[in-house]
Amino acid sequence: MSVLVYIDHSEGHFKKASLEALSYGAKLASQLGVTAEALLLGTVSEDLASLGAYGAVKVHQVGQESLNQLDAGRYARLVAEAVKATGATVVVIANNLCGKAVAPRLSARLKAALVAGAVALPDTSKGFVVKKNVYSGKAFAHVSLDTAIKIIALNPNAYPVSKGEGKAEVSALNVAVDPSKVTVLSTTQASGQVPLTEAEIVVSGGRGLKGPENWGMIEELAKLLGAATACSRPVADAHWRPHNEHVGQTGIAIAPNLYIAIGISGAIQHLAGVNRSKVIVVINKDPEAPFFKAADYGIAGDAFEVVPKMIEAVKKLKGMA
Amino acid sequence: MKILICISKTPDTTAKIAFTNNNTKFAAEGVQWIINPYDEWYALVRAIELKEKDPSTVLHLVTVGGADTEPIIRKALALGGDEAIRVNLDSSDSFSVAAQIAEIARQGYYDLVFTGKETIDYNGSSIGGMVAELLDLPYISLATHFELNGTKATVVREIEGGEETDEVLLPVVVSCQKGMAEQRIPNMKGIMGARTKPLKVVEPVAITPLTSVVAFELPPAKAGVKMVSPDDPAELIRLLHEEAKVF
Ligand SMILES: Cc1cc2nc3c(=O)[nH]c(=O)nc-3n(C[C@H](O)[C@H](O)[C@H](O)COP(=O)(O)OP(=O)(O)OC[C@H]3O[C@@H](n4cnc5c(N)ncnc54)[C@H](O)[C@@H]3O)c2cc1C
Ligand SMILES: Nc1ncnc2c1ncn2[C@@H]1O[C@H](COP(=O)(O)O)[C@@H](O)[C@H]1O
Repeated sequence: MSVLVYIDHSEGHFKKASLEALSYGAKLASQLGVTAEALLLGTVSEDLASLGAYGAVKVHQVGQESLNQLDAGRYARLVAEAVKATGATVVVIANNLCGKAVAPRLSARLKAALVAGAVALPDTSKGFVVKKNVYSGKAFAHVSLDTAIKIIALNPNAYPVSKGEGKAEVSALNVAVDPSKVTVLSTTQASGQVPLTEAEIVVSGGRGLKGPENWGMIEELAKLLGAATACSRPVADAHWRPHNEHVGQTGIAIAPNLYIAIGISGAIQHLAGVNRSKVIVVINKDPEAPFFKAADYGIAGDAFEVVPKMIEAVKKLKGMA
Repeated sequence: MKILICISKTPDTTAKIAFTNNNTKFAAEGVQWIINPYDEWYALVRAIELKEKDPSTVLHLVTVGGADTEPIIRKALALGGDEAIRVNLDSSDSFSVAAQIAEIARQGYYDLVFTGKETIDYNGSSIGGMVAELLDLPYISLATHFELNGTKATVVREIEGGEETDEVLLPVVVSCQKGMAEQRIPNMKGIMGARTKPLKVVEPVAITPLTSVVAFELPPAKAGVKMVSPDDPAELIRLLHEEAKVF
């Protein structure tokens, strides 16, 4: 018996969302009185044994380079093999882009119950019940997983990374790898950037900023805070900003520690993508803007005056001015 | 070319979310229902565009739900699509829904199955992957562009911080999101035509659900916003640093 945690990676590094999943899996394993093991498909430049610091006792690897490309079908088959080999009764996987592709396939393959978008550890006092986000962040559901093997897809930023000491035992998982049915023709990736879903701080701009030429101060504030940038839907639709920055009901859903909304009115469809943020700051020149109702801190003022002063204050705080 | 498009019904994006029966049931009273935006704007409209390019294309819509989903599927037919199938099952278990769709797909020999990125109520993002696995087909998740070329498809999908262009042999299951197509409004001709398009109701195959919803919960209300003077943004930064401790 074990809790098996799937470790996603890109550009040779473990994904932060997967370290969260591993921390969660290790905690769950101790709750259940079993061990946590990790599974990595493909190759990374990091030391696999270092996953021991997050609670993995063993790390299994299928180290073919071709596995660095996501093919949901192939991944699900390999994870299913690993479940068999380790006798895992719970699989934990980050509910990021990779998890969303793989977890449902694995669920259907193993006929194992899946909760997609978990935000807390299971309640095992009566069955196995996991809390998940529903209604685009406007509510939670407590979902009972009613099969022997259970799959938990954990939302990014829902559980903290906990790092201690220790090295994991690393071993190669001996399984046949079939050729991929999907041919990757090309990839474009902005490397070195904080992915929006993993960012701890997000600075976001709306139509109140008037035009793309005014994004300099948004980018500067974001850079100073080590934050990712985001925008409202009309801003992406007008091509002021790239589509992958659009947050909300029809864009990306995020849950950073801090979300700073500048010149965004706070429409319900926008809130649906950001209402899981731990702290929300709103800068809007209209004191009646609906966003203030969802905010923790706010300034009713003109962004073009307020944001440069915020930048100065952050610089001072960081000893840069 | 035969395409199956998965259509689900969701509360309007502005609907108030509340629960009844001791927090076990969604309070549907007075709620307006819509086609799940991803299914309508992206999956369905892209399929309609493919049919416009090649009129021999056949578009079938499938929904798994009770009789109350029929207005939604009629609306989808009004946008486009040749006929609809409703599987008469109301279930909150993704696997049960996916198994019904897989069954319909198996019988219909489709070249393509389109789903939306996710339902905006259950937020499972699961049905497409499950259907693909049950049919043993490749699955391209979160696609932003889709082109057909003969027996192959070229699909662009979102990856963390970027995009990937894939080529895959048909048949394939694709989950669709923003970028695939532009929202359309049904015209009068479409609305009239939809009334006479076939809407077949079939009974579900027997499936044991894997999950069940025990209860719903609303998030705690916010304590209220702390306003800072526009003349003193430095105070905001101090509060974020010292009180909220977010940096
Ligand atoms: C089905 C559906 C799905 C949708 N999905 C999304 C989604 O995913 N994401 C999303 O964002 N939207 C979505 N929308 C659109 C949403 O309803 C709003 O229209 C949109 O969020 C508004 O964007 P905005 O706040 O940037 O612009 P506006 O609503 O125009 O607000 C601009 C704000 O800037 C303020 N402002 C103006 N000048 C200044 C200044 N100098 N300084 C400070 N503040 C200033 C104004 O007071 C105003 O509050 C969706 C809509 C529908 C119907
Ligand atoms: N009851 C249903 N009937 C038909 N299609 C559905 C149903 N539920 C979900 N889908 C499809 O599956 C996609 C993903 O749904 P979900 O996994 O619930 O987030 C949706 O965008 C729809 O295309």
